[in-house]
Amino acid sequence: MGHDTAEHGSNIKRIWKVFFILSIVTIVEVILGIIKPDFMIETYIVRMKLLNWIFIILTIYKAYLITWAFMHMEGETKGLRRSVVWTGVFLICYLIFILLTEGDYVFEVFKNGYKSWDF
Amino acid sequence: METAVNRTGTEGKTWGGGNEPLKVSYGKMMMWFFILSDALTFSGFLAAYGFSRFKFINSWPIADEVFNHFPFLHGVDAPMYYVALMTFILIFSSVTMVLAVDAGHHLKKNKVILYMFLTIVGGLIFVGSQAWEWKNFIKGEYGAVETRGGNILQFVDADGHRVALKDVAIVDTHAERTRHERKNGLWFVKEPSLPSFTVNEIKNGFSAKTDLLIRTQILDEKGHKTILSREASLAKLNNEVTGVVEGANLHHNEYGSPLFADFFFFITGFHGFHVFSGVMINIVIFFNVLLGTYERRKSYEMVEKVGLYWHFVDLVWVFVFTFFYLV
Repeated sequence: MGHDTAEHGSNIKRIWKVFFILSIVTIVEVILGIIKPDFMIETYIVRMKLLNWIFIILTIYKAYLITWAFMHMEGETKGLRRSVVWTGVFLICYLIFILLTEGDYVFEVFKNGYKSWDF
Repeated sequence: METAVNRTGTEGKTWGGGNEPLKVSYGKMMMWFFILSDALTFSGFLAAYGFSRFKFINSWPIADEVFNHFPFLHGVDAPMYYVALMTFILIFSSVTMVLAVDAGHHLKKNKVILYMFLTIVGGLIFVGSQAWEWKNFIKGEYGAVETRGGNILQFVDADGHRVALKDVAIVDTHAERTRHERKNGLWFVKEPSLPSFTVNEIKNGFSAKTDLLIRTQILDEKGHKTILSREASLAKLNNEVTGVVEGANLHHNEYGSPLFADFFFFITGFHGFHVFSGVMINIVIFFNVLLGTYERRKSYEMVEKVGLYWHFVDLVWVFVFTFFYLV
């Protein structure tokens, strides 16, 4: 404790502001998910649809807001912040890279390899 | 008594204990590291989901078609509205939690009580909504048939609208058979519940109703499912179909790949279990607040710790929402 009692005037204003941003982002996501604009589906960036990139970036933004504002990560020391955030981000990126590469490879084998799996 | 205490001679020095380099209490720091490890568990699940999806990238079910129910709106196509509402409920319960933590910093007991109560209510509504989503998913809507290769074929009319099995099949009342049960047959043999229609009833109905077509799992460039011609539909139905699928379980899934259902049950189930245990822990802390435990301690840090866990549950849902329902 101790360290953060002093800086607590009141966070209530900021809490509602963050809630407002989170709501707006969620509404934007849902609207995009329902109308699915054509150009966002047809444009590919690094082999993924632009629409999916937008969803993922907005999700990471929401995760950042929840961790920093609601879980109060912004008020923790550098050491704690890095040992939690960097560890998680590094391991998760590594895992995603490996599994998605492998999944794509298996798809190619099913598609082009001399194997039939639908019989 | 002096000898009973081991003195190291380092009291008051950096390595003598009582020093907090991270400037948080032990409990809060461990809550953070627990959250880190739990986040890795969830990302393991979600990455495995991504692996399976990339493996079947051209035949994965379309979430909009699967989760399109809304309470009291039967038969209305409402893609994702309900899950968006669930997301709001969880984010809002996160807000009331952080307000409870804030009130705790100012030692305002009554405000902590109010906000924690709202958090618990929000959590319960969310778990209930998830149960309702599961019910719809397990029950299914239109039904489908499955081929020998394990692929799902769905029925559509000439305009491409889905047609339910009951509108396809011509029921043959002579061929009806009852389900075998232990009480009226072999006590050591079990039979799962029978589908409402047999494969033959579906085949007869499909040949008689000439405007019906078959839709396969394969996605075209625009992300729509491929619809076969009438001849190809008939050939596929008569040569390959082995069973009727209604709804979803761990082995069969009327919406497409069974892996979709497996991951849906596993990931949302694991998350729902977290929400449930979060509600339970919240209730324990809520009663402690009511009894004035933290008032006497002059510190509401326990509310802060359980708050961290509760926000984490919300954080995970943000990712589940994106990867299961949006992407």
